[in-house]
Amino acid sequence: MAAPATTDFRTRLQDWLPKLVLAPSFAVTLLFVYGFIAFTVVLSFTGSKMLPRYDFVGFENYAKLFALQHWHIALRNIAIFASLYIVICTLVGLLLAIFLDPKIRGEGMLRPIYLYPMALSFIVTGTAWKWFLDPGIGLQNVMQQWGWESFSFTWIKDSNMAIYTIVLAAVWQTSGFVMAMFLAGLRGIDNEILKAAQIDGASNWQLYRRIVIPLLRPAFLSAFVILSHLAIKSYDLVVALTGGGPGRATEMPATFMYSYTFTRNQMGIGASSAVIMLMTIAAIMVPYLYAELREKR
Amino acid sequence: MAAVTQDTAISTGRITRVFLYLVLLLFALFYLLPLYVMGVNSVKPLAEITGGNMMALPQVWTLDPWRSAWSTAQIGIEPTGLKPYFLNSILMVVPAVAISTIVGALNGYVLTKWRFRGDTWVFGLMLFSCFIPFQIVLIPMAVVLGKLGLAGSVPGLVLVHVVYGLGFTTLYFRNYYAAFPTELVRAAQIDGAGFFRIFWRILLPVSGPIAVVSVIWQFTNIWNDFLFGASFGGTSQPMTVALNNLVQSSTGVKEYNVHFAGAILAAIPTLFVYIVAGRYFVRGLMAGSVKG
Repeated sequence: MAAPATTDFRTRLQDWLPKLVLAPSFAVTLLFVYGFIAFTVVLSFTGSKMLPRYDFVGFENYAKLFALQHWHIALRNIAIFASLYIVICTLVGLLLAIFLDPKIRGEGMLRPIYLYPMALSFIVTGTAWKWFLDPGIGLQNVMQQWGWESFSFTWIKDSNMAIYTIVLAAVWQTSGFVMAMFLAGLRGIDNEILKAAQIDGASNWQLYRRIVIPLLRPAFLSAFVILSHLAIKSYDLVVALTGGGPGRATEMPATFMYSYTFTRNQMGIGASSAVIMLMTIAAIMVPYLYAELREKR
Repeated sequence: MAAVTQDTAISTGRITRVFLYLVLLLFALFYLLPLYVMGVNSVKPLAEITGGNMMALPQVWTLDPWRSAWSTAQIGIEPTGLKPYFLNSILMVVPAVAISTIVGALNGYVLTKWRFRGDTWVFGLMLFSCFIPFQIVLIPMAVVLGKLGLAGSVPGLVLVHVVYGLGFTTLYFRNYYAAFPTELVRAAQIDGAGFFRIFWRILLPVSGPIAVVSVIWQFTNIWNDFLFGASFGGTSQPMTVALNNLVQSSTGVKEYNVHFAGAILAAIPTLFVYIVAGRYFVRGLMAGSVKG
């Protein structure tokens, strides 16, 4: 009888099945993520222009990249944008969460209002804010029509200020989401701890500063990771809101990479800028992910 | 109902409470403002925007901007309106969300209930892929899609979104299934149930909440994507790219009212999903992934 052999095959199949199911996803990840990263890294060391070429030029692209005025503008902008965006989103999100926490009436109405911008595309957000901030038809015009003749708000047309309009729109879009994260954290705190501190005579301010905020550490960390991840990807919003302008005033690494690779046909330089972006993100994400995965062992 | 259900330990006086409401309402206005601006100005004739006040209600109500945005507005070089692009987005989103969610569920199941040596590494490598700046894969992806003959097609975009969505869906299902008692799986195994049977009969029936999270997340991300759509959309561009082309078009008069109507059209599907299922999303997300 062949029965033992078939059982054997079936049990062995059962042993292998889980790995077989996972294998396609893992293979796809290896190829489309890590293989592609390797490909881009290789390209960044070649003289590729419009199409990939394999003439190695060493670090020439990186040297050229860091000699470019545009790249320095992009780096300065991402530094301003990312730091303001992360800090303001965190503060607004924390403030709203703390204010909503005492189970006030109307929370059920307010929460979706705070959250809905997160559902929108950055292109939609950009379109709405682009015209609302436009001096000719938007806020400035509205204020002047309402009688405040000298009101002036031209940030979006001003090379020195345009970057802050991107911060404004980005904060509008994501601060509600940060609020939801902090609110979940606050609701998870054991009330007994707070009551005990109150009996010991702690004021509300002390409660928050000494107990609540330290207990929110995981929420702060998650918020930081998510926001920095969104900040460096800030491509869509810049395209929709300012198109990188006025001039090059709101150029970011993401827009720089795109224009050098696909419109200026400097693929080698575009690839090297993408590598710098990846390395920046990895410096933040790898330690975070490593700690997360170790903890859960 | 009492005005205040005071089950937190933080006590607030009357004045503090008024202050809280004031701040909360001001922020609510801030969040609603762009929605109001878009809505009101999408039902006005253009002259009322260029010659009037953006915050004012329309003097003449009109649905022409909506009609124009949907079916006649100039997108790129064709006067097609946003309709065909809306269709492209639907054709792209539905399969991409379905495939990435189903595969993510199976991955999560394997990674929690069929652990093997090195599984954390496999998961870690997949998880990191959620956080890469996509600029790093744009050039190779363009090359590969070209070689596969999928450049500029809806199936090409589906492939891209499935590939870069798998990390997230796997993460959600893995964290969710990790809390599910493994003993039940082992017991079913002893009773002779196989890999797929256990998944189908035991895990899947309890997966509702996390499936909602995964579907909402993927749906909003893919619908709202611009970078991949602009890079690989070709003649099958999604809604976001078309909207951007409409708004940035430099020829002719800027039809702000049409832009606003188009922006709302692009926002409707994701807003609808948030309104219907948003509450489950936040709840599920908090339970699944952002806990410390």
